[in-house]
Amino acid sequence: MLFDYEVLRLIWWALLGVLLVAFAITDGFDMGVAALLPAVARTDGQRRQVINTVGPVWEGNQVWFILGGGAIFAAWPALYAVSFSGFYLAMFLILSALIIRPVAFKFRSKREEPAWRARWDAALCFSGVVPALIFGVAVGNVLQGVPFHFDSSLRPFYTGSFFGLLNPFALLCGVVSLSMLVLHGATWLQIKADGEPAARARAYGKLAALVVIVLFAIGGIWVSQMDGYRIMTDMNPEGPSNPLRKEVVLEAGRWLANFRDYPLLWLVPLAGFAGALLALLGLQTQRGALSFIGSKLSVAAIITTVGAAMFPVILPSSTQPGHSLTVWDSSSSHYTLGVMLFSTALLLPIVLLYTAWVYKVLWGKVSEHDVSKDMY
Amino acid sequence: MIDATLVELSRLQFALTAMYHFLFVPLTLGLSFMIAIMESVYVMTGRTIWRDMTKFWGLLFGINFAMGVATGIVMEFQFGTNWAYYSHYVGDVFGAPLAIEGLMAFFLEATLVGLFFFGWDKLGKVQHLAVTWLVALGSNLSALWILIANGWMQNPVGAVFNPDTMRMEVTNFAEVIFNPVAQAKFVHTVAAGYVTGAMFVLSISAFYLLRKRHVALAKRSLTVAASFGLAAALSVVVLGDESGYALTDNQKMKLAMIEGMWHTEEAPAPFTIFGIPDRDAQETHYELRVPWMMGLIATRSFTKEIPGILELVALSEMHIRDGLVAYDALETLKEDSDNPQAREAFLQNQQYLGYALMLKRYVEDPRDATDEQIISAVQDSLPNVFALFWSFRFMVAFGFYFILLFGTAFYLCSLRRQMPRWFLRVALLSLPLPWIAAELGWLVAEYGRQPWVIEGVLPTFLGVSSIGLSNILISLAGFMVLYTVLAVIEIRLMVKYIRQGPEEDSAEKPATADRPSPAFDNIQA
Repeated sequence: MLFDYEVLRLIWWALLGVLLVAFAITDGFDMGVAALLPAVARTDGQRRQVINTVGPVWEGNQVWFILGGGAIFAAWPALYAVSFSGFYLAMFLILSALIIRPVAFKFRSKREEPAWRARWDAALCFSGVVPALIFGVAVGNVLQGVPFHFDSSLRPFYTGSFFGLLNPFALLCGVVSLSMLVLHGATWLQIKADGEPAARARAYGKLAALVVIVLFAIGGIWVSQMDGYRIMTDMNPEGPSNPLRKEVVLEAGRWLANFRDYPLLWLVPLAGFAGALLALLGLQTQRGALSFIGSKLSVAAIITTVGAAMFPVILPSSTQPGHSLTVWDSSSSHYTLGVMLFSTALLLPIVLLYTAWVYKVLWGKVSEHDVSKDMY
Repeated sequence: MIDATLVELSRLQFALTAMYHFLFVPLTLGLSFMIAIMESVYVMTGRTIWRDMTKFWGLLFGINFAMGVATGIVMEFQFGTNWAYYSHYVGDVFGAPLAIEGLMAFFLEATLVGLFFFGWDKLGKVQHLAVTWLVALGSNLSALWILIANGWMQNPVGAVFNPDTMRMEVTNFAEVIFNPVAQAKFVHTVAAGYVTGAMFVLSISAFYLLRKRHVALAKRSLTVAASFGLAAALSVVVLGDESGYALTDNQKMKLAMIEGMWHTEEAPAPFTIFGIPDRDAQETHYELRVPWMMGLIATRSFTKEIPGILELVALSEMHIRDGLVAYDALETLKEDSDNPQAREAFLQNQQYLGYALMLKRYVEDPRDATDEQIISAVQDSLPNVFALFWSFRFMVAFGFYFILLFGTAFYLCSLRRQMPRWFLRVALLSLPLPWIAAELGWLVAEYGRQPWVIEGVLPTFLGVSSIGLSNILISLAGFMVLYTVLAVIEIRLMVKYIRQGPEEDSAEKPATADRPSPAFDNIQA
């Protein structure tokens, strides 16, 4: 095998982050645009204009989410099993939104009746707001620890409830996530749309950027005070993936330990603020590229901050801390991680190549009067 | 102990969402290729009617594709939400093909399908044609990878149980990928998809010809459907036979049930065309049999025996007892992972571990099982013979009917005369049949696998997530409502666009006056 088990686990932990970031950056603006749809576009012509700024690309972007699911299944099967069954109803809500979304894009403009179109517009807005909110709520719960444990056969049991997910810190994270994607959708619209929708998107975007900056700061202070999870056992990074063989304790402020040990990591949350500020500046001065790069940076850095704080913990258990999932004891086998890395290295560059080509073909603004044949 | 109601509801939800998703997949598989063929003719001949055909069938393809995407997302996550122990137990093997499917197939079709619809004015002719072919390739590649995953559930090769991690782990990926069951399933399934696509085009073209509308376009479409459909129908039957051949080595039970064959017959075994299998009496009533045929189809030999249901059931009792030795060794290894005797005992019997797990339906610790409980578990290995027997026969009958129908269509097209109206009516009425056949095929393959989720490795009931009943009730009700509403909307849109018919260059419809602006004249139609 080309790489050690330890190295492969590290690479797949990083790739997990890359996939989540790629999903949030690409499909994130689709969700932001969908969430903003009723607010920025008032007439049917404007609605179609806004929808068609993402019309040809949202489908490909959504594959990052599906790939994320597949990659977690393949590389971190325990995480796939525990998180999706534990967050069952939250997951059901996300899936409902993502079932409605493709259909809403495709079917909305297929009938003339205003009532028909208004219903699909509401559905599109729902499909943007709900997942954006729930993803944040999920991350907020992961940071606090999730009530699960295993039996000796590694069957997972989740002992929390759906409403238990909706605690204050998690809701704060949900709002951060929603405003971050709304900001990202607004910067996209500034580049891809013109006229009234673009102007309104700028206003909402600026508001969202301010919310991101304030709430991300509050979240950071909150995390610095809450209980993090500390692994007491000296773990073997090459050991078998069995999450029952360690001791973990709760310790206030533990989520800042990695930042204390490696001060350079502070650059990551700083980039989260810097990105939001750049986006704000770009929206204010009507520089589309600047604001879009800013919102991308902000989204990527905020997600990375969570990963950097928790490493090597992936999913902490609040009821049986020793059963928490970590990088060293919840991955696939050495062989599977190797094969999956090989496949990814082979296929992902090709994906990036034709995705870039598609964006190049579709380059340029979408105006209201362009919206016609062959469009949503 | 695992709640039996939870298991039943989880299975129901999986079956409903998978079979619903599978209403859209076959049409995507077939129609994408037919559209690519039509556009190829346009690019080669430059005749715009072929472009109109591409756009019209492409529009219907798009409506169907959106539903396929929407219902497919659920499938990617449902293993985790509802089958968490399954996901842990086999994720090391089963997750990889799913992830590769995303990388190799979903990205290709989903990224480029946008350009198929939005790229007509932005791309050159050849570029657009390339996009169309790549969309077709992407959807077919996704069938390949999901069937590699499914094939492994039917015939779990290239993996062993690891007592340190309490799960199955891959030992040889090449075996997983080149699993003969997976390969046979792939060709059979995509061929069934091509038949579905061909029937869709054939029936709707027949509808236009009956109404004498869009005749030029309908005639050409019908010709494409007849030739593509004939080739596909022949492959689906021949390659379906190939899939039966693969069964003999690893899914003997399924074969015996499909056959309603209770006892091992002397080789070569006969094929039962008609019969009423009776599970309680353990025999098949009113049998009508063709001598030798089954033996020839299944083993390609005059001398190989095919074991009967009851002989296979008897075998599973032996496996359960061997599995208990493996289970006992595994319990020792949980406490003392280096115990050499336990390792040895486990290695000797690990292939039967799954049979011991069957007892978990009756008793917390399988080692405490009474003889009656073992007999109950043995009986569990015998699923609903009647349903499989008849599902299989209807599916095969449809297969032969498709050959006949497309063969006739092909012959009538070659005469280059007007199609007789009786044939057009038959073609129109046959529209639902490929879907019924495909769902029956799904039933034979997946229901026939029961009581296993992974054949011989993990019983279905054990794979379920430990979630509250209220959760599954909410999601099941939610999916049913959502899917029903979407089905109604989808069918109404399809009907609307089929009635409206294609927009042809030669026969532009006059714009109606009450529309708000020119921008709205051409809502993709």
